[in-house]
Amino acid sequence: MAQQLKWQLGTVVEIRQETPRAKSLILDLPDWTTHLAGQHVDVRLTAEDGYQAQRSYSIASPPEDRHLMLTVERIEGGEVSPYLTDGLRVGDRVELRGPVGGYFVWDAREGKHDGSPLFLAAGGSGVAPLMAMIRHRAHAGNKVPTRLLYSSRSYEEVIYREELERLSASDPTLRIIHTLTRRRPPDWAGYGRRVDRAMLADAAWPPAENPLAFTCGPTAFVEAVATHLEELGYEPGRIKTERFGPTGG
Amino acid sequence: MRDNDLRLDGNAAGGLLNEIFPFEMTAAEATCAGCAATSLIGELMLYQHGMGAVLRCADCDTALMRITHIRGSYRLDLSGMTYLRIASDIH
Amino acid sequence: MAEQFISRGFKGRARETDRAVKERIPPGQFVTKEFPVLSAGPTPRTPLERWDFSVYGEVAEDLKWTWDEFRRLPRETVTADIHCVTKWSKLGTVWTGVSVDTLLAGVGLDAQPEVRHLVAFCDGGYTTNLPLADVRGGKAWVVDEYDGKPLDPVHGGPARLLVPHLYFWKSAKWVRGFKLVSEDRPGFWESVGYHNYGDPWREQRYAGD
Repeated sequence: MAQQLKWQLGTVVEIRQETPRAKSLILDLPDWTTHLAGQHVDVRLTAEDGYQAQRSYSIASPPEDRHLMLTVERIEGGEVSPYLTDGLRVGDRVELRGPVGGYFVWDAREGKHDGSPLFLAAGGSGVAPLMAMIRHRAHAGNKVPTRLLYSSRSYEEVIYREELERLSASDPTLRIIHTLTRRRPPDWAGYGRRVDRAMLADAAWPPAENPLAFTCGPTAFVEAVATHLEELGYEPGRIKTERFGPTGG
Repeated sequence: MRDNDLRLDGNAAGGLLNEIFPFEMTAAEATCAGCAATSLIGELMLYQHGMGAVLRCADCDTALMRITHIRGSYRLDLSGMTYLRIASDIH
Repeated sequence: MAEQFISRGFKGRARETDRAVKERIPPGQFVTKEFPVLSAGPTPRTPLERWDFSVYGEVAEDLKWTWDEFRRLPRETVTADIHCVTKWSKLGTVWTGVSVDTLLAGVGLDAQPEVRHLVAFCDGGYTTNLPLADVRGGKAWVVDEYDGKPLDPVHGGPARLLVPHLYFWKSAKWVRGFKLVSEDRPGFWESVGYHNYGDPWREQRYAGD
């Protein structure tokens, strides 16, 4: 069955400041069908003279939500992200198409996944599609053992920090492991460096458990994680990557 | 900026490919003319900028697809690909 | 057909507004202080001990220089404005390298007037085609320094072609040699819709312009 995505308009119903640099846009899309956790949308901006710019953003909301959430980190000097984080107001409309991507997806429903433990590795705003997976998993009551290794610059820049605390506090099968690479609070007892092989050896599921890994973030982060996981014995086909490019989105 | 920081996964080309092929293309399978490896399009390396998009084999870097969209025409150079298999049923 | 939705307040990439600047740059361009990196493939990593530069093709002599030999050729420093087909221009860029005239001097071109084209080939497989007339007479260089420092790999190091009077996709990164031919052969971008010649002053961005 052929399917061609059409550009559609969504209305901003809420703008949420997640961290000093990142905001979530919650969009009402009357023509939206559904999506799988991990998929993305292409957002297109058009200036009055017809000039257009396009970027892809991972969907941070689970398929169970009525509205779509996109989480955007403002890149200084960027063309699109400053408009999305600082130019939009509630009530504005945004043009997008999706959902896109059948490769970087995880479905929590019975019969759609193989029960393997999930290892999720997020670099900065790369947490967005992995958060969609975690939220979807919670809605579905899915209990596959899941670990999120989440690299952020500082405690204040951990996106969805409180929600992740809440979800993991009430679900012993979900564990969040943070690493803060630039600044740490005085009483910080967690990892304090860039993700490396030793950290993954500790944090990731052992290969013998046939885990499924998803990693998303800046290209350099994703490539380091994928390389180390392979060195640790993960099957290349069981490591799914979503590179964001040089600046993380 | 470091080497190769610009590249993305083939997944990011899903929207562009769907403009040309009305299917879910990131799960399509392509065989590389350079090394005969078969990959999902989502597993290829995407180099994309203002001039166009190039999808390369993750193993040998052969360009399987070169795509431009100029003045309303899509041009595809597929000489780096010997075989493309597209599922016509979604999900 | 439905009207295109306009994103309220979106301005997009700077369009050049300064009139003095606009007069200096080709039509449709804007000036940037950055140096954007556009790559169609991974950054090659040829070690200098294995690098060489070849000139061959429909000519009597094949020529080849190792990196050390290349570095001992007469060198010059060039200041040029560069223009990318994606609309950014960068003014006053400074490069150092070897004139293409020097590289073609020993090949006996004047004895073969039918050889009128050049294909530049590069590590990673990129190619671009140029008329010989556009790389001779002090118009083109193979450069290995930018701003007085060794050329960064992401910008084409160890050496790239520099042909500033044409759109910058013709200034091929990671260049390894020239093939001299009598029949023109469209290169990597030329064969998928970009203009075969690429004069920014006549805005020859795409085939048919």
